[in-house]
Amino acid sequence: MQTISIQMENITKTFGALKANEDVNLTVYAGEIHALLGENGAGKSTLMNMLSGIYMPDSGFIYVEGKPVNFTSPKESIELGIGMIHQHFKLVDILTAKENILLGQKKKAGQNDKNLAKEIKDLSDRYGLDLDLNKKVYQMSVGEKQTLEIIKVLYRGARILVLDEPTAVLTPQEIKKLFRIMRNMKEHGCAIVIITHKLNEVMEISDRITVLRKGKSIATVVTKEVEVPSLIEMMVGKKVDLEIDRLPGPGLGESLVVDELTVMDMEGKLALDNISFALKGGEILGVAGVAKSGQKELCEAIAGLIPAAKGRIFFQGDNILGKNPRDIIRLGIRMGFIPEDRLGMGLVGSMDIVHNIVLKDYQNQPGIFLKRGPCIEKANRIVETLDIMTPNVYTPVKKLSGGNIQKVLLGREIDSNPKVLITAYPVRGLDVGASYKIYELLNEQKQAGVGVLFIGEDLDVLMDLCDRVMVLCNGKVTGIVDPTQVTKEEIGLMMTGSALEKEEPSDKNQ
Amino acid sequence: MESFLVAVVVASMPLLFATLGELLSEKAGNLNLGVEGMMLMGAVIGFRVGLATNSPILAVLAALLAGAFGAAMFAFLTVSLRANQVVTGLTLTIFGSGFAGLVGRDVVGVPLSLQLRNSFDAIPIPLLSKIPVIGKPLFDQDILVYFGFACVILILLYFKKTRIGLNTRAVGENAAAADASGINVNLYKYLNITAGGALCGLGGAYMTLVTIPVWQQDVVAGRGWIAVALVIFASWRPVKAWLGALLFGALSILGYRLQAMGISLSQYLVDMIPYIATILVVIVSTYKNRKEDLPPADLSNPYFREER
Amino acid sequence: MIKINKRASLPKRKEMMIQALAVLLSLVFAGLVILAMGYNPLEVYYRIVEGSVGTIIRIQQTINKAVPLIIVSMGILVAFKMKFWNIGGEGQIMMGAFGATLVALNLPESVPTPIMLLAMAVMATLCGAIWAFIPAFFKAKFGTNETIFTLMMNYIAIKFVTYMQFGPWKDPSFGGFPKVASFHDNAIMPSLFGLHIGWIIALFAVAGVYIFIHHTKRGYEISVVGESLDTARYAGMNIKAIIITAMLVSGGLCGLAGMIQASAIEKTLTYTISAGYGFTAIITAWLGRLSAPVVGVVCFLFAMLLQGSSFLQASMAIPASVADMIQGVILFFVLGSDFFLQYKVVLKDKKAVKEVA
Repeated sequence: MQTISIQMENITKTFGALKANEDVNLTVYAGEIHALLGENGAGKSTLMNMLSGIYMPDSGFIYVEGKPVNFTSPKESIELGIGMIHQHFKLVDILTAKENILLGQKKKAGQNDKNLAKEIKDLSDRYGLDLDLNKKVYQMSVGEKQTLEIIKVLYRGARILVLDEPTAVLTPQEIKKLFRIMRNMKEHGCAIVIITHKLNEVMEISDRITVLRKGKSIATVVTKEVEVPSLIEMMVGKKVDLEIDRLPGPGLGESLVVDELTVMDMEGKLALDNISFALKGGEILGVAGVAKSGQKELCEAIAGLIPAAKGRIFFQGDNILGKNPRDIIRLGIRMGFIPEDRLGMGLVGSMDIVHNIVLKDYQNQPGIFLKRGPCIEKANRIVETLDIMTPNVYTPVKKLSGGNIQKVLLGREIDSNPKVLITAYPVRGLDVGASYKIYELLNEQKQAGVGVLFIGEDLDVLMDLCDRVMVLCNGKVTGIVDPTQVTKEEIGLMMTGSALEKEEPSDKNQ
Repeated sequence: MESFLVAVVVASMPLLFATLGELLSEKAGNLNLGVEGMMLMGAVIGFRVGLATNSPILAVLAALLAGAFGAAMFAFLTVSLRANQVVTGLTLTIFGSGFAGLVGRDVVGVPLSLQLRNSFDAIPIPLLSKIPVIGKPLFDQDILVYFGFACVILILLYFKKTRIGLNTRAVGENAAAADASGINVNLYKYLNITAGGALCGLGGAYMTLVTIPVWQQDVVAGRGWIAVALVIFASWRPVKAWLGALLFGALSILGYRLQAMGISLSQYLVDMIPYIATILVVIVSTYKNRKEDLPPADLSNPYFREER
Repeated sequence: MIKINKRASLPKRKEMMIQALAVLLSLVFAGLVILAMGYNPLEVYYRIVEGSVGTIIRIQQTINKAVPLIIVSMGILVAFKMKFWNIGGEGQIMMGAFGATLVALNLPESVPTPIMLLAMAVMATLCGAIWAFIPAFFKAKFGTNETIFTLMMNYIAIKFVTYMQFGPWKDPSFGGFPKVASFHDNAIMPSLFGLHIGWIIALFAVAGVYIFIHHTKRGYEISVVGESLDTARYAGMNIKAIIITAMLVSGGLCGLAGMIQASAIEKTLTYTISAGYGFTAIITAWLGRLSAPVVGVVCFLFAMLLQGSSFLQASMAIPASVADMIQGVILFFVLGSDFFLQYKVVLKDKKAVKEVA
């Protein structure tokens, strides 16, 4: 008989007007890997944040190893052996790995540097982890940071591990390594909860699955006994074909040609190293790569926001490198970059839709006065065309839901009839319905002859949607491939630096 | 030269206490622009208690408490009520100045008793005070100077060697990470801000108990603001803060020295020097590249766990 | 156990109630401090009102104090909208007054008044703008911290004017405490309805800043830069130019206020001419939530406080710094009340959930 590690009963949590969790039930056994599955926004992270003491439920009960608990802070949760590995790492950049592990911990009697190092090494070896204790966090790779987070919770005696979307930032190889570690822990009797929206991973690693949808728990199933289509139906609420259509494009000539582009980042290090590629009109070119491989600098260089150390960018024959951003916008090159906090870079959260439309339009108005009229029209048009859910165009954008915010952003760029559309992480944090609407929009643009540069995190989406995929690693192009001809693992290798063995014909020479 | 150095150390004390105090607050992530106000509150309360009780201990304690009280108000508003740190700090300065003016209204120009003043006479440390050039400035000073030196060392050890210091640094760099590690972010902020405020209060009191020592409305004259700049100059490190305080202490008495040396420059133009120097410090400080010299990453960001 | 929840939204009426409550509580608290000082708070408050609007002359005095406060607050408002913490209002006022004095003392007495005043105003605005430009330049180009920079500029300006007053511009014909020569008649602002015409300038300032922020492109850009610097970048805005423009306006307005003080009130230049307006303007701008008309009203109320407390000093021998303290307390309470606008405090025990605020 398996022992129950965690039991969450009838949990409800509301934020303002949003019911994040409603009457949710969850049971996790020791020695199992339990997947918490659901779309973006389904309430998975919120639920686990209550287990880790960051939030407090409005109502409901939580039992840890049979005892009722009422966490008011992370400290209490940690003391009971719960270790949470957040999606966004909670590490202090300028401290070393060792210092991060020791945060918040009282000094144990007789502890000094040497036996501390040994203690941590023993812990790491037991689970197959390895880490340089004296390395500063800001010098670490994403995989190393995740390893540090895991060691940190293990050092605090965690027997229950919660991992929140751990694979979102990992390469396929790193994902395999993580799963190995998780199975190792399972064998040592830990209870593991993995929060994810990736079905293939759920099928591969979990023992049981609990599905959340719109804040409610829908069902709990045994992985071996369930099929992907029924999981999708539970997640989304109806039968959905999760295939993304790759529509045929009009196959126009080259729109944007990047030639030997070299860009330095803010700290003077090489962000883009001699990049060359061509974007054709009427195609979707995907850009894959682990975080901070140069994606942001690529977008910013093309949009004229940062200078390049070397190279040229040709748009319809003219070199646009060095032009100021306003001119580039006028030429018809539009860029929308969705950062992790969504509102940081394309929209002003406290302003309404009209004023956010004004953002890209006002420079075309003559004179010193601001005319809002045409922008109000445009706002209404965009809201209607894209079916944006908002009380009116005068609502502050930050009050809209994630999907609608991104629709406003994309809608604004599309409405200007661009010739080149650069979109970075457009479906970040969106649920299935909203994501598909975005893919539809991008396909429409492609068919209208626009050259689309799509920077994304999800390899599956990139491979399904894009005509070609360019892989960036440490600022270099490690491959430009036809997604129908390569496997995900091969792209994964390119993401970590190995160039593809079989070369695709270089498009530049056409 | 030696007497000049002695005067430099004395002149640097208010700046040292205030800078160390603000450093504590900022390391924990809170930018408290109310330093001038806290110094004034400490100055006036320390003075009045000294005047009334003739006890140096009570006067110093009162100054510490006054500064701490001002800082506690700031902490409550910015940590618990999440008010804008810049505006709240400025308000503290305005409040502190008004408060000090009111409290000090009937003791302007009144001198402290000789007995109290003597408690702050220089106490030479045997042997060390005989070292040429630096002996007197460093080892033949009043008790509060020695306390100031001790504070530099204690704060250095606090951040480098203690767990609590490490936790404080985490709170200032990444409050969310500190919270997730089980650290009580609010408690740490309150404690560091309040302790910092106490030191600022002491800095102000040093002027009214030792340096001048009378009460007048503009006794602090902008030192609180110079202290805020010095924290940046010091890259949030206690030893560099001490050096900065010495430098600016020197600049503030440069005018008298120049006059004594026969160089005549209008007093007012010379008075400008510390402020111009502060501007230069602020300009140069923007050229920091090393990550370790940057301000605490979460400085002036409020932290609230239930954020969605 | 106390729980804090974010509010969904709050009806405007409840918002105003909470803020009004905050101001009321602050007056009670300040009253307690006044009581601790040994005075009767009710009497103090009554005297403040009596001293500010009790007679026609006092109302005129109040308006005379409101005028520079309004103009400076408009200047601070523009800077704060961009989240540029311009603490240098005092210095910018000073340098404006200096500029006006430079013109007043060097142009002959025969120059007709309108031209003289215009020249003084232009010079004052220019000087104030330049004084603000220096920190703005460094912020725009190097990202230098503007809070300390602008503040240090205050001290430099004050010392400079003091130097001028005690040195090169010391009036030799005057025997006592050194002062700068008084302006000739053609450099003094005329009156209308018993008040110098500065009030017209103040009204224009409020209207002008309102239109600037809400109806011009540059004003829009300033708002965007203040709300989200990254978004401003992404929209291709010329952020350096925006910062500089905003600060030229901000400093210029403060300088203009300095000219009005020199020409209409002091009729000369003194090192006390800025009189703390630069700091009070920060409070009024913030209390008025950076909305020009609201800030204008708040300025008038604060002018009442200033005038009333100087009356207090004369009639009850209470130092005028009581006004500073009351200002500080009011702002503390309003800053704190913002919290209750955004969050709800709930007392929770195992059985029941009760709303507290």
